[in-house]
Amino acid sequence: MSETVIETRRLSKEYIRDEFHITALQDVDLEVKRGEFVALMGPSGSGKSTLLHLIAAMDVPTSGEIKVLGQDLRKLSDRAIARWRNENVGFVFQSFNLIPVLTALENVELPLKLTPLKKQERIDHAVTALKLVGLGDRLGHYPRQLSGGQEQRVAIARAIVTDPALILADEPTGNLDAASAEDILHLLARLNQEFGKTVVMVTHDPHAARFASVVHHLEKGRLLPMNGNP
Amino acid sequence: MSIPIAYNFRNLAVRKATTIMTALGISLTVAVLLAVLALLHGLETSLKSTGDPLHVLVLRKGANSELVSNFTRTGFQVLKTKAGIARDEAGNPLVSLEMVTVINLVSVDAPDGINVTVRGLEPVGIKMRKNLKLVAGRWFTPGRREVVVGQALVKRFPDVKMGKQLHFGTGDWDIVGVMASGQSAINSEIWADLNQLSSDQHRTEVLSSALVQATDAVAAQALVNRISQDQQLNMDAELETAYYEAQQSSGALIKGLGWFVAIVMAVGSCFAAMNTMYAAVARRSKEIGTLRVLGFSRLSILASFFTESVLLALLGGLIGCLLVLPLHGMTTGVGNFRTFSETDFNLTLTPRILMGGMVFAIIMGALGGLFPAWNAARKEILVALREG
Ligand SMILES: Nc1ncnc2c1ncn2[C@@H]1O[C@H](COP(=O)(O)OP(=O)(O)OP(=O)(O)O)[C@@H](O)[C@H]1O
Ligand SMILES: [Mg+2]
Repeated sequence: MSETVIETRRLSKEYIRDEFHITALQDVDLEVKRGEFVALMGPSGSGKSTLLHLIAAMDVPTSGEIKVLGQDLRKLSDRAIARWRNENVGFVFQSFNLIPVLTALENVELPLKLTPLKKQERIDHAVTALKLVGLGDRLGHYPRQLSGGQEQRVAIARAIVTDPALILADEPTGNLDAASAEDILHLLARLNQEFGKTVVMVTHDPHAARFASVVHHLEKGRLLPMNGNP
Repeated sequence: MSIPIAYNFRNLAVRKATTIMTALGISLTVAVLLAVLALLHGLETSLKSTGDPLHVLVLRKGANSELVSNFTRTGFQVLKTKAGIARDEAGNPLVSLEMVTVINLVSVDAPDGINVTVRGLEPVGIKMRKNLKLVAGRWFTPGRREVVVGQALVKRFPDVKMGKQLHFGTGDWDIVGVMASGQSAINSEIWADLNQLSSDQHRTEVLSSALVQATDAVAAQALVNRISQDQQLNMDAELETAYYEAQQSSGALIKGLGWFVAIVMAVGSCFAAMNTMYAAVARRSKEIGTLRVLGFSRLSILASFFTESVLLALLGGLIGCLLVLPLHGMTTGVGNFRTFSETDFNLTLTPRILMGGMVFAIIMGALGGLFPAWNAARKEILVALREG
């Protein structure tokens, strides 16, 4: 099974502000197959986040083509993209981005509000996701009552609760201590191996990259050619 | 299908101080409006229940109130003979010749005195007022310097009570009874015997008005036309209900002023709500970005912040209602430009008025929340995430 999940052709993104012309991404040809765990590496400012945002349809490319899960993202309306993202993409942020006034359970339940599921089903799904990340005993806790590692695990539960095919993570361990980071990486690897989720993770950390099955390097907006990964 | 409302409630609860300050601003605006509406409603009820649909009030032509109307006894004799006038069991026409004047009563809360209507009439006039009841004492005796006072006056003036005396005209008058008539303006009047009062005021021939009772509502309207068109009589007739409704013109001034103040305050409250919501949008920029990434549409972001503003205003509206609740049933007086006397009435807060106050609050919240919510919905995801 080598179905292509992400496919970009000559994907470019430029930021034009006044006379400044910043090329964040230039002619990126990327292919990610179903079931891969991809690490995106590269120096600061090399365009890693930009690429991830384009894959998640959080931003639009300046030129080039991008197809994610067989969908040409440029052809969708604003509303359709929101819907598509809810169903197909789980996004994990470096700074967790939980809603502070909602409990762990409510945070995880939130994306399910956009599905036709009934209240009880939503809760069941959210509880299952929280148990999966090892937080079955923290359902009623608010984000401020959790450690950073736990917050990130809630965020991962939220990302997987709609059962998306694709998980995107932008430096998910960037704000965590070594032990918590290790937990998160194991969790992502497990989601990849046990549940067959395709994972694309941006990271600075070579150790983190070792959890990936494929490592891509970006430099100054260009994707470097692969050099003998497993 | 949308962002849960608990999210809004909890955010309101989290920024307690701002929420309370904004809600209080809105509540004061609502309270002012409700107080004015309650005042007007009380006034309206009072004036409406004063009139009887079968009664026709007759004044001299050109006079717009009983006070400035000169009504002669000879004219009255002719008036009595008109068709369509109801009669009592004994066959006497139900027509009451009356005289109205104004005296000044001093009270604790008004050291300069307050104008009160004094009405002189004959027993038939008492009989014609069907809702009128004697709540204490007895009616005045013709030929004696005796008065019966309206219930509202007793409440308001410590010196006006049974057994005491009033001083006006050429001397003293004994208070022998207290009368009440629903919410009617009669509650604020002083009644005396017609002949006694008219001689005291040196107006034995020139009185004020006549009250005529028609056989039915159709006859009442016919009487109005017949009297007003009779060149010889030189009189104006009006349904009593219409006469009292027209007196609400003083209500119109209160209403206009009340709405003006309420709207000026509402503009302020609107901006306060707007300011609060703009701050909320700015503070929760990252959350907005996150919600969008989770799949919530721009529209649900708009709806959520809009809802939050309306909830805030509803809270304000609720506090506003609670603030004015103690005013309910409070008695106050209002000057009347037509009778130059004060009518006492109760402030009445009906469910409808309270609902009106809530609607007013919702409008403030909606107007104040619209732009911030629009602003939140317009943000691009990445911009929103970065601003957090
Ligand atoms: N909104 C923007 N306006 C202008 N320039 C931008 C904007 N967003 C990103 N850039 C620029 O695009 C380039 C790539 O940014 P990007 O955030 O993708 O880098 P990154 O590889 O994720 O870096 P880091 O490791 O520091 O997160 C950078 O030079 C950055 O300054
Ligand atoms: Mg980045």
